[in-house]
Amino acid sequence: MWEALSQKLYFHSIDALLAMDGHGTFVWSAYLITVVVVAAILIAPRRRQRRFLRRLAGEIKRARGDRANVREDI
Amino acid sequence: MWSFFHKLGSPPWLYAISGSILRWLLPATLLALAVGLAWGLLFTGPEARQGNSYRIIYIHVPAAVVALAGYYVMAIAGAVNLIWKMKMADVAMKSAAPIGAALTFIALVTGAIWGKPTWGTWWVWDARITSMLILLFLYLGVLALYEAFDNKAAAGKACAVLSLVGMVNIPIIYKSVDWWYSLHQPASIKFIGQSTIDSSMLHPLLLMIAAFYALFTCCLLLNMRAELLQREARTNWVKKLAVAADSRG
Repeated sequence: MWEALSQKLYFHSIDALLAMDGHGTFVWSAYLITVVVVAAILIAPRRRQRRFLRRLAGEIKRARGDRANVREDI
Repeated sequence: MWSFFHKLGSPPWLYAISGSILRWLLPATLLALAVGLAWGLLFTGPEARQGNSYRIIYIHVPAAVVALAGYYVMAIAGAVNLIWKMKMADVAMKSAAPIGAALTFIALVTGAIWGKPTWGTWWVWDARITSMLILLFLYLGVLALYEAFDNKAAAGKACAVLSLVGMVNIPIIYKSVDWWYSLHQPASIKFIGQSTIDSSMLHPLLLMIAAFYALFTCCLLLNMRAELLQREARTNWVKKLAVAADSRG
């Protein structure tokens, strides 16, 4: 399978792939920017969710702790 | 049927079902993106007149197509919120805006990079490009408007109105390449009649368009889940989730 695929490759060396007959800078920079933006929109909501849950868990813990302290005082 | 609509309005149900969808949709999306990128970059020949720079098409066109589709999602969700006061529609609308903005940004930037070797310029104030820039401002406008209000319900209404008014821009974007003949080429893929793109390039392009649609869906669900939790912060199911996530570390 890999052999059949490698025969269909258009570029035959890494240098040719990077250079793309002079268009490499344009093509690769466009792809790089896209990958960065796509990664950002995939990661951002997960980070937001994790941070929120951690903060909420902290608040719940503190609220429980406060209540326990009040009982001790009595 | 009605029970489905009732469930759709239930945050814990939506949170659970979106989680089980994402479990397979997210890996499938990443796989499709990887295969599409490799196919377009490595396994297709150069275009006859543009050489290798045309390979930008595999991200430029999918990003632009889905940026437009995302606007429909945002505007329709806004309309549903206005008409039926469905809170979930407001969550969907707010969640669609940043993804649409990111995709429009990708379409504009990759278009500019593609324009340099092909047209000899990064930017022209042509109808298609200008209307896409307006699309970006509409997305950013909705995001900014949400932040401008303290009252969530009022913010949702104002944003819904803005996005519905902005719908005017969508047919202009579609038709711009036919109405004003300028540097940007007309559509190559046609639903009716022969597409003017070789099938060796069409197939990876179609895969990338499908992958970007899936990407939009994944990001929309991820954003909606984060937004849902924050809006439901006082409910027991969210508190349980927070405690469970905390004990997992």
